[in-house]
Amino acid sequence: MRPFTYTRATDVNSAVQEITRHEKAKFVAGGTNLLDLMKIDVMAPQHLVDITRIALKTIEETADGGLRLGALVTNNDTAYHEQVEKRYPLLSHAILAGATGQLRNMATDGGNLLQRTRCYYFYDTQTPCNKREPGSGCSAIKGYNRDLAILGTSEHCIATHPSDMCVALAALEASINVTGPNGDRVIPIADFHRLPGDTPHIDTNLQEDEIITSIDLPAKGFAEHYTYLKLRDRASYAFAIISVAAALDMDGDTIKEARIALGGVAHKPWRKPAAEAMLQGQQATRENFQKVAEAYLEGAKGYGDNDFKIELAKRAIVRALEQAFNKEGAA
Amino acid sequence: MEKENPPLPPLQSVTLRINGKEQRLELAPWTSLLDALREHLHLTGTKKGCDHGQCGACTVLIDGKRINSCLTLAMMQEDKEITTIEGLAKDGELHPVQQAFIDHDAFQCGYCTPGQICSVIGLVNEGKAKTLADIRDLMSGNVCRCGAYVNIVKVVQEALERSEAK
Repeated sequence: MRPFTYTRATDVNSAVQEITRHEKAKFVAGGTNLLDLMKIDVMAPQHLVDITRIALKTIEETADGGLRLGALVTNNDTAYHEQVEKRYPLLSHAILAGATGQLRNMATDGGNLLQRTRCYYFYDTQTPCNKREPGSGCSAIKGYNRDLAILGTSEHCIATHPSDMCVALAALEASINVTGPNGDRVIPIADFHRLPGDTPHIDTNLQEDEIITSIDLPAKGFAEHYTYLKLRDRASYAFAIISVAAALDMDGDTIKEARIALGGVAHKPWRKPAAEAMLQGQQATRENFQKVAEAYLEGAKGYGDNDFKIELAKRAIVRALEQAFNKEGAA
Repeated sequence: MEKENPPLPPLQSVTLRINGKEQRLELAPWTSLLDALREHLHLTGTKKGCDHGQCGACTVLIDGKRINSCLTLAMMQEDKEITTIEGLAKDGELHPVQQAFIDHDAFQCGYCTPGQICSVIGLVNEGKAKTLADIRDLMSGNVCRCGAYVNIVKVVQEALERSEAK
């Protein structure tokens, strides 16, 4: 690891002051992704502001009947929280589908939003990567790209966002509360992560001097008909090849509302509200689910090794929706 | 002309509470908790495997919760209750999970074992493992190169039964 200096912030305002005061500074909370990337020189901040002592560690009811997750609540404490398990089982399952017991005890909800891609070329400092070193080129497009993106890619980057939690947050339409030098603002989850475009080095719309303070879950938790389906090379502790967060609001056999978010396919959790709307007022049949799956993958582009992910994603959507309808959330 | 490296940032003071004992150290800010334990305090029971949070050999307990000591800075763990493998036996008696590893023959080379033991204790504290599949999933952060998994699962089952009997 390259040398850096270290200070602690004890409240949100002092954290923002510290990050502004130091050059090339980063916040550190769980550290599971940042310190790992610093060890292999993919990230090299000159200063770390330790925010672990800030009081953002509670889960509370919001005025509109939702739940507010403090940014520093750990992933395990979130997934195992009684209200999250009961009202937002989709989120609980998605979190538990990722990482390991140890990592989830360290990783925070705020940090999970800021995970960097697991593209192997991003990790390999000997190869060009536009995300790691802007303008150097993308090694993945013509390289080995089995795990990489099929939707929303650009000629500069085909990396995917690795989070499971964020896929569930996208389906639940969470919003992210942040604080910066100019005060507070709210970023809907759909606008939080970016597509790579010609600036793949910028993962999110959070500014360098802003801090995430909490995540708000709307009241509607889809606790009855939901599934987080994660397809991966190992049954545990592996990133998704494809994941699907599916949630249905049913009126008998008729679908009132459907939510579908995909992981492992793009630079951000992938949603397509126009395709979801096709299910509104429809019956929960395989035919209808297949139509939505086709619509979701419209415009998908494979890069050789990952061509199979297009068909796999379609099948995963159908299976996830059927599981959600049949109340097989945990399956 | 070769540019001279800037001077290193100064060491910082930190007091760590490890196995009930306070230890004052002067550390470079980039010292991981794992390196502080092994290189500065010579508590070498905690092992360095991958140093990237993938193998679990460095697992310790912070306030009763299992974590990877390689992926946290020592500075970040001030004021916390850190428990390592060296802190588990009490009054010359092995911790029941340590004893269970012997009883079930749950190790061969032993390198992953301190991390496995801390992880089992953390898993029991979490109270979420109900089935065999749960145990396997929730222990996936600890890799055993000798493949003693079958007997490690037996240790976990025994530890869960003991905690339920309490």
